[in-house]
Amino acid sequence: MIERILKILEEDSRVTPAEIARRLGIEEEEAKRLIAEAERSGAILGYGAIVNWGKVLPDRVYAYISVSAQPERNIGFEQVARRIAGFPEVHSVYLVSGTHDLTVVVEADDFRDVAAFVAEKLAPIRGVQSTATSFVLKIYKLEGRMIDEGDEPHRLAVSP
Amino acid sequence: MSETSRTGIRIARHVAELPPSGIRRFFDLVIGMDDVVSLGVGEPDFATPWRICDTAIESLQRGLTSYTSNLGLLTLRQAIADYVRDEFGVEYDPEAEILITNGVSEGLDLAARVLLEPGDEVLVAEPCYVSYKATVSLAGATPVVVETRAEDDFKLQVDVLEDALTERTRAVLLGYPNNPTGAVMSRDELRPIADFAAGHGLVVLSDEIYAHLRYAGEHCCFSSLPGMRERTVLLNGFSKAYAMTGWRLGFACAPAEVVDAMNRVHSYTALCAPTMAQCGAIEALQHCRQEREEMVEAYDQRRRFLVRGLREIGLDCFEPEGAFYAFPSVKATGLDDEEFAERLLMEERVAVVPGRAFGASGAQHVRCCYATSMEHLRTALERMATFLDRLPRQV
Repeated sequence: MIERILKILEEDSRVTPAEIARRLGIEEEEAKRLIAEAERSGAILGYGAIVNWGKVLPDRVYAYISVSAQPERNIGFEQVARRIAGFPEVHSVYLVSGTHDLTVVVEADDFRDVAAFVAEKLAPIRGVQSTATSFVLKIYKLEGRMIDEGDEPHRLAVSP
Repeated sequence: MSETSRTGIRIARHVAELPPSGIRRFFDLVIGMDDVVSLGVGEPDFATPWRICDTAIESLQRGLTSYTSNLGLLTLRQAIADYVRDEFGVEYDPEAEILITNGVSEGLDLAARVLLEPGDEVLVAEPCYVSYKATVSLAGATPVVVETRAEDDFKLQVDVLEDALTERTRAVLLGYPNNPTGAVMSRDELRPIADFAAGHGLVVLSDEIYAHLRYAGEHCCFSSLPGMRERTVLLNGFSKAYAMTGWRLGFACAPAEVVDAMNRVHSYTALCAPTMAQCGAIEALQHCRQEREEMVEAYDQRRRFLVRGLREIGLDCFEPEGAFYAFPSVKATGLDDEEFAERLLMEERVAVVPGRAFGASGAQHVRCCYATSMEHLRTALERMATFLDRLPRQV
């Protein structure tokens, strides 16, 4: 049941527990309890809007930075990853498989800020061996939603 | 009384006399109105799952743009045979017992044309999809309406069939899960219908396009009932379960001699179903179970939300366990279904379809389709509540 609730909230975090309960055929109290539990356990990290910032701040930039790092004995990449994650301009940090170790997503007001962050904050961190920065040029799909998809599918208002 | 138009071209009498679909008038009303929240549609609001589209696009790129065999691509018929066996428990030979059609509409038309002769009667369970009676008439036979009743949750009862039976009765035409009522029939409930068909040597045309849209219990495929495989034309397709209405793709499963006859007509009148749609359908059956189940889950949530909402604003609504329609009664409002639908549209801009568009037994009800976004459902319910509040209280 919690998976179905999380799916609904992931789609639209504004849906009330009362509506969730109706849609799933459970009691409202049950829905509230499961949501509270998910909040406590950290399954729900927060509630927010999915913003396409390009519509409001056309200069805002996102960069995907591939970071190669030196793992440390016993703790691997934990320390270096958390240190990078601490910077407010860092949007998300992933430990990944493949040619590099960490993918760091940075958001900033313009590309100079990203360059400064990489040169002054990220690269000098002990354990960071190299970085490769890719700026996002255009977003086609964000958080499962298509962007500027073109025409809405046109359905007849009344059909048999 | 042959009709002659302005151009002097005569329209054949049996067509000129064919009544327009009851939904047509309502469609004309809605057209051109702004800000209408429509619960009047009869198709999914989802776009076709992308991997199906992608497969069809690829088929075009590969140059698969020619005709297929009249019966349809053998790979697709094989996939359908596996699917019908695994999902519904009936085996059909993909070489001889499955025909790919341009939607269930064509399948039904073909079945009617090859099985019926002038004077034959077909028992048509109403309320039902708008084309059933017309299709029987166009095949030269006579549709005989058998009504299903609100007090039976719109399940077909064998006593009404018995009452309508004559020596000219040749077939029974039914569609469960049902459009417009959302009613379903279980295996046990269908068994008496099967016995009736067997007892009187009738063919059963079973439109099961909503088979996957079942929210409680399992779909019972009519031809899976004992003895029914040999006297059933099973009609199904991709429109509803895979959100492929515009692709026009369906299939018919029936004994070889029936499929052979249907294919003979089909080869003259349609040649084959669209090749790219057939390619997409293979992908649908082989790889889109998850997408299908996610859509069904979404419909189910909306169904619960809408049915409860309709009851709370004062409309009596039986529990629809299939398709994507709720069929509340508007009797308590003092309005008949047409007045209700028309005023609701004009005054609150919510489109629902008057039940009588689907047969006289649908009167006093309106069809509300929940294959639309939650946002639309919320708005529709709010507007309907406002509308009902304004009506004079009925005792």
